[in-house]
Amino acid sequence: MEDKTNGNDNISQVLTFKLAEEVYGVDIMSVREVLDFSSVTKVPHTPDFMVGVINLRGNVVPVVDLKKKFRLGDTERTVNTCIIIVEVVIDDESTVLGALADSVQEVVEFEHETIEDAPRIGTHLNTAFIAGMAKKDNGFVIILDVNAVFSMTEIGTYTGVAAELAAGQ
Amino acid sequence: MSLDSNQQVFINEATELLQELEESLLELENTPDSSDLIARVFRAMHTIKGSGAMFGFDNIASLVHSIETAYDMVRNNIMDVTKPMLDYSLKACDIIREMLADPDIKADSPLAVEITDYFSRAANIQNQKLPDVQPERDSTARGELHTFRITFKPSLNIFMNGTNPALLLKELREMGSATIITHVSDVPPIDDIEPEKCYLSWDIILTTDKNENDIRDVFIFVEDDAVIDIKAVDEAFDDREKKLGEILLERGCLTESQLSEVLNEKKRLGEIMVEKGLVSAEAVDTALMEQAHVKSVQEKKAHASETASSIRVPSERLDSLVDLVGELVTVQARLSQIAAQRNDADMLKVAEEVERLVWELRDNTMSIRMLEIGSTFNRFKRLVRDLSIELGKEIELVTFGDETEIDKTVIEKLGDPLVHLIRNSIDHGIEKPEERIAAGKPAKGHITLQASHSGDSVLIEITDDGRGINRKAVLEKAKSKGLVAENAELSDREIYELLFASGFSTAATVSSVSGRGVGMDVVRRNIEALRGTIEINSSEGVGTTIVLKLPLTLAIIDGLLVTIGGQFFILPLSIVNECIEFNRSENKSGSGRKIIMVRNELVPYVPLRSFFNIKGEEPDIQQIVIISVDGRRVGFVVDSVVGDHQTVIKSLGKAFKDIDCISGASVLGDGSVALIIDIMKIYNDIG
Repeated sequence: MEDKTNGNDNISQVLTFKLAEEVYGVDIMSVREVLDFSSVTKVPHTPDFMVGVINLRGNVVPVVDLKKKFRLGDTERTVNTCIIIVEVVIDDESTVLGALADSVQEVVEFEHETIEDAPRIGTHLNTAFIAGMAKKDNGFVIILDVNAVFSMTEIGTYTGVAAELAAGQ
Repeated sequence: MSLDSNQQVFINEATELLQELEESLLELENTPDSSDLIARVFRAMHTIKGSGAMFGFDNIASLVHSIETAYDMVRNNIMDVTKPMLDYSLKACDIIREMLADPDIKADSPLAVEITDYFSRAANIQNQKLPDVQPERDSTARGELHTFRITFKPSLNIFMNGTNPALLLKELREMGSATIITHVSDVPPIDDIEPEKCYLSWDIILTTDKNENDIRDVFIFVEDDAVIDIKAVDEAFDDREKKLGEILLERGCLTESQLSEVLNEKKRLGEIMVEKGLVSAEAVDTALMEQAHVKSVQEKKAHASETASSIRVPSERLDSLVDLVGELVTVQARLSQIAAQRNDADMLKVAEEVERLVWELRDNTMSIRMLEIGSTFNRFKRLVRDLSIELGKEIELVTFGDETEIDKTVIEKLGDPLVHLIRNSIDHGIEKPEERIAAGKPAKGHITLQASHSGDSVLIEITDDGRGINRKAVLEKAKSKGLVAENAELSDREIYELLFASGFSTAATVSSVSGRGVGMDVVRRNIEALRGTIEINSSEGVGTTIVLKLPLTLAIIDGLLVTIGGQFFILPLSIVNECIEFNRSENKSGSGRKIIMVRNELVPYVPLRSFFNIKGEEPDIQQIVIISVDGRRVGFVVDSVVGDHQTVIKSLGKAFKDIDCISGASVLGDGSVALIIDIMKIYNDIG
């Protein structure tokens, strides 16, 4: 609480979650809620990492499997599997999306100084997705840039798949 | 209320008034001496000026003031409506619109000054010419509706001075709503008839906004040759006394069935009078018709006052209401499902009641969003007028079915495609007057816009009587562009289809109006985005008809729920023809062609399971849903058909904007999501 006087500008609150035993994080400001994994409707003619759509209180929300997207293998559905609902900006419009996570950990506060830029090598990820890395306990938290992860060029890569399939008929 | 919100109200109101003003001006162009139209123009101008000045739009007020003065003189018969006057008035509408959008445009901008100058000049000239008094108006109120009973009994010799009574009757009929009764009792037996004599007489019940003197004017030349009696009758019908039967009924002396029995026994008053020879049967008929006429007029009056009580609601509120109803429909489906599972009689009863109410609520809410298409049609009158002048063509736009109602969202998105199509008709379709005369057609071309309901869709037809589509030229062009093979033989339908190919344009030269080849493919995409279809029919030299078929509403459709691999899909029910069983082992075709025999008709089919790459074993017995589009039938193989489903359409959102075989999704009763299959898209891809 005493930090309030310093202003929150210096503090980042990060929701951490696990993908294939590694800890990732997203800025809490872009997280709307976390849901238990329920039935997901697969949409045909979409790439593997698009798990499908779910019903979020009457609205239809797409869900992305980050593990598949980052090529970390398949997500096994367990009791801990969660869907993190995030609000991202796609083409200057705010959109609600879901991201599949093996398990959700906790909310951690980091001071800005402790967050470092992404290393150029040594991660499985395209560094454009990474907002920064922060030390926690004995390991690292990879803080994702949600807008980059879900940007249109990234999830829109399946354009043409449908056309190919249709032509194949 | 802040000043800004007041100004917003004014802007809304003024925009509507401008629309009305423009319509009136365009009508005035055809009938320059209609006092009714002139009054409407004047009123609109007056309101714009008054409220404009009130809310700080002084630029508008000063511009309109000069025009209003001119129209006031027209109204008082000091000045006539002229073509330049109308041109400037329409220009004024445009500039007022700009002023509403951008208050920085001053009243001394060049165009505004030009308009003001023109009108003050016109008014001055007239003032000098005719400084004297205005013609005196009739004291009896004009404008309000009155009913008159007119007896018109011409003398036997009325034909001698060249009067045609039929024309007089026609003139009366044009004054308002008229019921005309012809009396033939004076007509002698056929042997005695002298063809040059008039034996007929008439009773006319006329409801009009004109006054007695106006009616008398109609008969001005026959006054001496006929018996004319004009009486106002409407006051007599206002308050009616209670009938004897009603009073007895109220006092409980008589039951309703007793009363009706007696009434049935009783002969009608008219019949009794006729029997007793007091009046002729004809006189009774006349009186009865008068009664009916007055009744219908009074009903109309009551109706008019009913419709006047409408309220203005911001459309966002309506949209959120529709969203809520959509969610309610989803929840209700869930309730019904749970009730059916529990098999609890009380709960089922409640669930059914809720279902009925929700459906009624849905229909009502949808009907609030329905707008008449007429306002959209009227927008095009101006477009046609301006474009035809620019291109040196004579074109008249005729509209039918203005009262056809269609969802607000559809109407909003329909504007641009219609503009394209009408421009095409004006530019490519209708020929120049000289060309038309040479082809033996009237110099003036016609474009017809017609709207009508057809099932759960609305048909909009755009017809022109121009030169039609030159199929040969289209084909040549397509060949030169490499869209079809050199030696291809195409059916008429396939040739029209080419017009929708992107980058296709047949006009040899690009004009400012059309011909850049960006038109038709965009039009089709827009129409298909509305889940509609577009079809062209044309015959060379006679004209072209374009038919748009659009759904009544976009928010909720009737769908057919099916499953494939345990997943739910929805097909739009409106195009589903039938569902039949599909036995895979029986239909194993060696050649690999996917065609099935349905009642001796070959129907191609698409196995949706493999089309969508859904894994899993196909069941032995599947269902094939046969749809029919443009008279052609195509089957879609699904695992099973569940039944019809009230589908509240939800968008899949930006993340799936490139998906082209799924048009949306819907939430089912159990909370799972069903995908809506874009049948038209798949159909076009395989066709």
